[in-house]
Amino acid sequence: MKYVDEYRDPELAKGVAARIAAEVDSGSSYRFMEFCGGHTHAISRYGVEDMLPKNVAMIHGPGCPVCVLPVGRIDDAIRLASDPRVTLCTYADLMRVPASRGASLLKARAAGADIRMVYSTLDALRIAEAEPAREVVFLAIGFETTTPPTALAIKQAKAKALRNFSVFCNHVLTPIAMRAILAGEEDEATPLDGLVGPAHVSTVIGARPYEFVANEYGKPVVISGFEPLDVMQSILMLVRQINEGRCAVENQYVRAVTRDGNARAQREMDEVFELQESFEWRGLGMVPHSALRLVEAFAEFDAEKRFGIHTVAAADNPACECGAILRGAKKPTDCRLFGSLCTPETPMGSCMVSSEGSCAAHYAYGRFRDRSRARMERAAS
Amino acid sequence: MSLVMKPVRRKLDVRNGRVDLSHGSGGRAMAHLIADIFHDAFDNDWLRRNDDQASLDALEGRLVMTTDGYVVSPLFFPGGDIGSLSVHGTINDIAMAGATPKYLSASFIIEEGFALADLKRIALSMGDASRAAGVPIVAGDTKVVERGKADGVFISTAGVGVLPDGLSLSSDKARPRDAVLISGSMGDHGVAIMSRRENLEFGVEIMSDSAALHGLTAAMVRAAGDALRVMRDPTRGGLAAALNEIAHQSNVGFMIDEELIPVKPQVAAACEFLGLDPLYVANEGKLMAICASEAADVLLDAMRAHPFGREAALIGHVVEDERNFVEMTTRFGGGRIVDWLSGEQLPRIC
Repeated sequence: MKYVDEYRDPELAKGVAARIAAEVDSGSSYRFMEFCGGHTHAISRYGVEDMLPKNVAMIHGPGCPVCVLPVGRIDDAIRLASDPRVTLCTYADLMRVPASRGASLLKARAAGADIRMVYSTLDALRIAEAEPAREVVFLAIGFETTTPPTALAIKQAKAKALRNFSVFCNHVLTPIAMRAILAGEEDEATPLDGLVGPAHVSTVIGARPYEFVANEYGKPVVISGFEPLDVMQSILMLVRQINEGRCAVENQYVRAVTRDGNARAQREMDEVFELQESFEWRGLGMVPHSALRLVEAFAEFDAEKRFGIHTVAAADNPACECGAILRGAKKPTDCRLFGSLCTPETPMGSCMVSSEGSCAAHYAYGRFRDRSRARMERAAS
Repeated sequence: MSLVMKPVRRKLDVRNGRVDLSHGSGGRAMAHLIADIFHDAFDNDWLRRNDDQASLDALEGRLVMTTDGYVVSPLFFPGGDIGSLSVHGTINDIAMAGATPKYLSASFIIEEGFALADLKRIALSMGDASRAAGVPIVAGDTKVVERGKADGVFISTAGVGVLPDGLSLSSDKARPRDAVLISGSMGDHGVAIMSRRENLEFGVEIMSDSAALHGLTAAMVRAAGDALRVMRDPTRGGLAAALNEIAHQSNVGFMIDEELIPVKPQVAAACEFLGLDPLYVANEGKLMAICASEAADVLLDAMRAHPFGREAALIGHVVEDERNFVEMTTRFGGGRIVDWLSGEQLPRIC
């Protein structure tokens, strides 16, 4: 696969790993948060952590749109789908996310709700056109990456005067969430030394929106691609910034990211969406100006208005540590449900649902390392 | 001359007709459907007797029996259809025991309204597959259900085979240091199906690998004999599920090497696009074998000498591990678990 295999070359990886090992200060520790679940997935799937020195730790952040959606919003989606007039269209990962009282969209579908998995907003639009007697609601979720396609679908629906299409908007914003994590960091035991920023978000918004992280919080950021070599190179760039006493936003993903991003995509988003005053994130609580809603000009396509949705906050399972794990304050293995009551087959928390969730990635790919390491440490002592 | 008029038997309008409830009623319409569609396609002495069962000569050796249901969507896909798949799948279940498949039966559950032309096409494909494999379909059944109660057509096939004396392959027989071999590239069938199901076009046609593997397994048994411990066709859940099942049943672990597992570039690219892992994607014409390590080279040569095993590869070894983990050295140089699939593989959001 041209343009993919190049970024998974084991010889190059060995070279970058050797550079990281040579450049880290053995007396220091380096804690880097990869904000995005895509990075968590790549790190786990390719075994990147095996190739890092012991004093470089990767902290899995909240950047999985499925993981950060609060229980109350999934309850809303289930209520919506249970309306016999409604066909709810959604991305597949969301189907298994636990809602209140053990419910999920998958269970709602089995009970008779018309819930359909789609690959794009345009699939939902096509269903609305093909079935004019149904109220087709697209459950929109995701960071800045998936927001422009939702904006386009809403504009198309308006252009086609589709009366039976609406969007249940749950689009959230990356830089604001990053600020919430950094602002709450004083409460956490071990601070972060740098952040790996998601490249796909920056292809839309550019690198500039992260400059506050360097300027106000004094932490370096490297915007990184999602291939394992991208991630390793980004880690090396962070190590170098720290060793040189620098603190800036650097761009590893120069093949697609610019400082200012994609102006057209930003215009489309601005035309259709505006900031919500506040939005609840799983793990972060209510975060001001961290999510989007439809502007008045497109209000007719807002499912919340059309169906009178008023979200009622619902609590996570009290034993579930997803909140602390999403903030990077705890590791999946710090949760007493991990791997016993909470597994990918029976997820108790959202981090165990999506393959990009910290717990699911660690369970699927990394859990053998814990025991191997424990064994090695026991042998050494 | 008789005064009683004999009714003129009109052939089914296969080109334009559709299955209706009368075709499952047990009456004349059903008899015509069976005669014109299934008997024509499967034609053999047993079916021509029109009995409710087939009388078979006693077989020497131990009997192996299996049954399987086929509910694939879409019914027709690049490289095959539900008909040939239902023949290949059941033959392979028997072949994985090291047995020789002898007879098949087939049961059809057809949805009212299903096009007779499609049914004929499926039956002809089954007939071709069974003749090519040398395994006749000797008994069958047809049911028609109301519209909406099935998805076109469901097929169940059962198979009987014979096992040579002394051969005993089983999923609990893998031992540490045994070699793990596969017969070819992983993920072709699942990606071929998905490319049609989701209307995704990848620029190149990805064909299902659906095939009857009893010729290949016979050659493997001849080459490796007792050194062969387990054979398994990695269908649903792919190679990952097959390895995890065997790890638990044999109470061992596996250490495999991603670099050694063949995956066609177009399959790898499609999986990349969909966010899927080819190790979890279904195969219908591939097998995995575990054998004593000293027999690995001989077995590999025998596999590569067969048309369905040309790309055979040794991909790893059985290891001692009370946790029954399937571990893999990634192509990138790191390590990871290849775990059971949780639910179904779902494409990621971003």
